[in-house]
Amino acid sequence: MKIHEYQAKEILRAHGVKTPRGIPCFSDEDAEAAAKLLGGKVWVVKAQIHAGGRGKGGGVKVVQSIEEVKSTASTILGMQLVTPQTGPGGQLVKRLLVEEGAQIQKELYVGMVVDRESQTLCLMASSEGGMDIEEVASISPEKIHKLFIDPRLGLNRDSAIELSDKIGLPEESLTKGADLFESLYQTFVTTDASLVEINPMIVTRDGDVLALDAKMNFDTNALFRQSKIVSMRDLDEEDPAEIEASKSDLSYISLDGDIGCLVNGAGLAMATMDVIKLFGGEPANFLDVGGGATTEKVTEAFKIMLSNPNLKAIFVNIFGGIMRCDVIATGVVEAAKQVDLKVPLVVRMKGTNEDLGKTILIESGLPIISSDNMADAAQRVVEATRGSR
Amino acid sequence: MSILINKHTRVITQGITGKTGRFHTQTSRDYANGKNCYVAGVNPKRAGENFEGIPIYGAVAEAKEQTGATVSVVYVPPAGAAKAILEAVEAELDLVICITEGIPVKDMIDLRHAMRERNTRTLLLGPNCPGVITPEELKIGIMPGHIHKQGRIGVVSRSGTLTYEAVAQLTELGLGQSTAVGIGGDPVNGIKHIDVLKLFNDDPDTDAVVMIGEIGGTDEEIAARWVKEHMTKPVAGFIAGVTAPPGKRMGHAGAIISGGQGTADEKLEIMDASGIAVTRDPSKMGSLLQSLI
Repeated sequence: MKIHEYQAKEILRAHGVKTPRGIPCFSDEDAEAAAKLLGGKVWVVKAQIHAGGRGKGGGVKVVQSIEEVKSTASTILGMQLVTPQTGPGGQLVKRLLVEEGAQIQKELYVGMVVDRESQTLCLMASSEGGMDIEEVASISPEKIHKLFIDPRLGLNRDSAIELSDKIGLPEESLTKGADLFESLYQTFVTTDASLVEINPMIVTRDGDVLALDAKMNFDTNALFRQSKIVSMRDLDEEDPAEIEASKSDLSYISLDGDIGCLVNGAGLAMATMDVIKLFGGEPANFLDVGGGATTEKVTEAFKIMLSNPNLKAIFVNIFGGIMRCDVIATGVVEAAKQVDLKVPLVVRMKGTNEDLGKTILIESGLPIISSDNMADAAQRVVEATRGSR
Repeated sequence: MSILINKHTRVITQGITGKTGRFHTQTSRDYANGKNCYVAGVNPKRAGENFEGIPIYGAVAEAKEQTGATVSVVYVPPAGAAKAILEAVEAELDLVICITEGIPVKDMIDLRHAMRERNTRTLLLGPNCPGVITPEELKIGIMPGHIHKQGRIGVVSRSGTLTYEAVAQLTELGLGQSTAVGIGGDPVNGIKHIDVLKLFNDDPDTDAVVMIGEIGGTDEEIAARWVKEHMTKPVAGFIAGVTAPPGKRMGHAGAIISGGQGTADEKLEIMDASGIAVTRDPSKMGSLLQSLI
């Protein structure tokens, strides 16, 4: 789960990370009032959307008067902000963060993730702040310093100071850097985060160390014990189809193609997308109906797929294990009737009760293209989309 | 022979009284030698009762002592699953198979460190996995037993239904399986591809292996490098998620391309360079393996 920058900063501050003072705003009047309250001569108006790269798309502006804060706020609020991470359509800006300007001496990077290989937490820091860290990793990997932390021992003070030194914090700021790392680590473990990124982390002219930006993602498996984090969820930032799907306990992800996929199991769902692509088609979505699919769930899945205007055909690929093919077949027939299906439907069923499932599909009288083999079915569904072009 | 489990294995079900635990204990017991293998259940609140004749104990250690079981399967809900695994580790079982999906990553990290600290000999399979089956001997987990056939091909995979797909293709070609192992789709887990490949390599009754991976992490790369140096048997491989966009979690918590790492193309390339025969067509996993033996 993702949250906004201002929310991430709130959480980090509560754990002792220093940030510039700032106020979240929902209108240009809010922004004006916030700037007055913050005082000073320089403010930063920052669009709050979940995607990164906001500055590149014109979503972050430094301004020098209260009037400018207001006018900038009114420009940014309501804009479709396009960044390298939003896709070409961009994301509508509904929230802002107005912050006091900072006196930057140096920009650095710090982040924390779970390292799967060592099964520890990995604190990553670099002297190259403000840049895309993946770019740094590919151009000059030697500039990224990693510290692997055993959760039973925690972050060692000496290691934290050493890391501050390695990324070039000035002598007088070393302990402040270590303080920030420790607070960041505490934040990570107490909130069940899956990623924390502070880019840039800055050293101010007074030698203070602050989080100028902040990004946090959370482990969805742990949300049951993180009610405060759950309350920060912003549904405006999520794909409506994905939200709808999650209500029915379906795992759905929108993609750019035109062939809808309905599959049981995450691995098989990915493989189904791959085989469509292999035969020249483009999947419209990833959709795992899970092990306990019912007629209602299958119907819901069809509705969600059909809400996509690009959809030209549907590929149902089921491996019946515990879940029986006849149950899925009944669901497919029911759904096709309910939603008045107008796109070609290719069904491939294998496993428990597959013969019974196939009989149900045939007897329904619906124009369903049936196939036994995944590759053959994929070829047929790709052909079907070509026919409709 | 087989790896990890066989008809002589004795099994404890942790979480035997829950809906999932009940259902899968029943179907597993009905498979092959299951009747003799499922000897105990654990639920601290229901000790002294039984589930269809299987006695329920208050603790894993007690169940082990009373029945001689050496393996447990965990169906305990996510919030308590890591604790249940640790109990089995403390009871010094040989193998714990955790089927539970949705365990917080932090709980798994803490558990793995607790296991390392104890220098335990207990192997953990999963979590979020379909389990393990030695066809016509014993099934521990949620896979459909009837698609399997006894034979000499090993199968190892991170995904459930994709494992069944591979198994069904093999069975259709007349190629039975020695053991099929699902290692699970979580980012922090127990035994990995490399560990299972080592076991298959040492198993005199396995001739070749189908290895199925997916996007995310570097397990497949690590296993491939090991194969290049040590594996004496042919391996056929498939990786799911060539079309998966970066940063999106594809169902499994572990199936995500992040930090530029874990793409399917990268994995396929390294596997290919390590002497593993790879296919990009999931309907050809079985026939590819057949062509190698």
